[in-house]
Amino acid sequence: MSMPSAATGAALACLLAFAAHAETPRLGQPISAAELARLPRSVFPDGRGLPPGRGTVADGETLYDQRCASCHGPKGIDGSGGHLISDGAITGPDQDPAINNYWPYATTLWDFTRRAMPMNAPGSLTADETYAVTAWLLHLSGLLDADGVLDEKTLPAIRMPNRDGFDWIDARRP
Amino acid sequence: MSEGDETSASGPLDRRLFLRRGLRWSAAIAAAPSIAIAADIPSDPTRTPGQPFSNYGQPSPQEKATIRWISANRAVAGNGVSWTPLHDLEGIITPSGLHFERHHNGVPQIDAAAHRLSVHGLVQRPLSFTIEALKRYPQRSRIGFVECGGNSNSSWNLEPLQTRAGYLHGLASNSEWTGVPLSIVLDEAGVDPAARWLVLEASDAIGMNISLPLAKARKDCLLALYQNGERLRPEQGYPLRLIVPGWEGVLNVKWLSRIELSSEPVMSRNETSRYTELQPDGRARQFTFVMDVKSLITSPSPGHLLSEKGLYEIRGLAWSGRGKVKRVDVSADAGKTWKPAQLQGPVLPMSFTRFRIPWRWDGAAAILQSRAVDETGTVQPTRAALVAKRGRAGYFHYNAIVSWQVGEDGELSHVYA
Ligand code: HEC
Repeated sequence: MSMPSAATGAALACLLAFAAHAETPRLGQPISAAELARLPRSVFPDGRGLPPGRGTVADGETLYDQRCASCHGPKGIDGSGGHLISDGAITGPDQDPAINNYWPYATTLWDFTRRAMPMNAPGSLTADETYAVTAWLLHLSGLLDADGVLDEKTLPAIRMPNRDGFDWIDARRP
Repeated sequence: MSEGDETSASGPLDRRLFLRRGLRWSAAIAAAPSIAIAADIPSDPTRTPGQPFSNYGQPSPQEKATIRWISANRAVAGNGVSWTPLHDLEGIITPSGLHFERHHNGVPQIDAAAHRLSVHGLVQRPLSFTIEALKRYPQRSRIGFVECGGNSNSSWNLEPLQTRAGYLHGLASNSEWTGVPLSIVLDEAGVDPAARWLVLEASDAIGMNISLPLAKARKDCLLALYQNGERLRPEQGYPLRLIVPGWEGVLNVKWLSRIELSSEPVMSRNETSRYTELQPDGRARQFTFVMDVKSLITSPSPGHLLSEKGLYEIRGLAWSGRGKVKRVDVSADAGKTWKPAQLQGPVLPMSFTRFRIPWRWDGAAAILQSRAVDETGTVQPTRAALVAKRGRAGYFHYNAIVSWQVGEDGELSHVYA
């Protein structure tokens, strides 16, 4: 089948205006170092992302009673927000996982508390307050003495009892 | 593993355990609106001018019993779930307003014009994208399910809960999602060879964050801007959410604002304390991403009534996070004998697939079941096999065969068989 050449030319011109399917507009704007520093942080198990700060078990107890106990019960034992501390075990007929016997990393507790708690005023705790309330919950977990202090160095050094209790299913461990 | 008193499906479900009397009661509610509305409906619609135009259409008032069932925390109204009423729906597309919800601290109100997606960490060029910019990128659509890892969790209970099918298994919904392939944005930022994971983060009131393997992000994930043709609804992540085909709902981060490339997972609360499954021996399964093959009969199901003997169509949904559904078998005798159902096209990978099979009810008691097989050959397990393998404390990833008992009175109830 032959095509009049004028039409061929028009079709070609039209084709040329289209870009290859793989081409994309590349509209991402560079983020400056100053802007990067203002982004929310991820807190990793090795402590990367933790801001400097410090809090004691004693201060944490006071804070916990004021800001957390209404939803998590005194000493984290019950409440509408779910218990934080288990008085049971993770094996046996009544498996009862919580921070003290199930959570693999202490950094997770700091991070979730900082970003999400208390639920009625999320993000309202300062870094120091977050270290303090984390210290109290780790004291209730039997992992920190009553005169204990947490900061960005000591928190990631705490080894949670169930750290090695997890098997990766759909991802490969390095 | 109960997630706060009212948050977890098993907590509240136990409490709203309607027994058979309750089922009649809920059926009565469903019938009530049409009676109330009848007064407003002209006796002859051909002799009365109709209703005016509307800017955004709504379901018929006579269908107002077709709702998401909300199950929220008593102290935090925005913490909980709402279930898709699968028992009232047909086809494979879930209406956007009935797509299930899981929010940890409410639906954030986000100014789309001010919203940014930041991509940084192990990349050559940290980049920020506006929503308007993302709209200019090549768009792709895919029809697929999103299923919460905690869907069907009340079925781990010792006793079968009596409620509607959707309020047992409706933390799963199916939509057409449209947006920008995530790989395009990752390539633009230039991923560092040391990166293995993406840490995803939302702009909601818990700063929802979770880790996703880079290989999956590159393979088929979508930065979704549209659901079923329109811009995302607020409760589905407006202005931007991630779609992670076939994987746990929690990874499909709504209100997405930050992606940090890293060499390892962040170990957030929602990939350690939750969305991990404690096994009987005390070890836990972690990063169980794939939603396994599953099916259920949506009609007839508890709350429906077989009003007389005769021919009925058994209808249901099947899906698998591993690919296409290959076959669905249906049994009316508690799994003693099976018959293949007809799969209605389109049969798409990682999508709801509708199945149908005609069935003549002879008025005797019966137990209806469906069993799906996916294209990888994975077979939906019986409840006994699943519980024997995983115990009952795992809470997530329940995908066993669902059994509905038909009584001689034509009423349906949930049983373990
Ligand atoms: C208004 C109620 C409320 C208050 C106050 C509150 N929480 Fe919570 N908390 C919740 C709810 C509800 C959840 C469940 C969250 C979810 O479903 O995502 C939760 C979850 C948690 C978790 C995760 C538990 C788990 O097992 O995964 C931790 C840790 C926690 N809260 C710590 C705190 C701390 C520390 C405080 C005080 C600074 C606090 N909460 C104050 C309601 C509350």
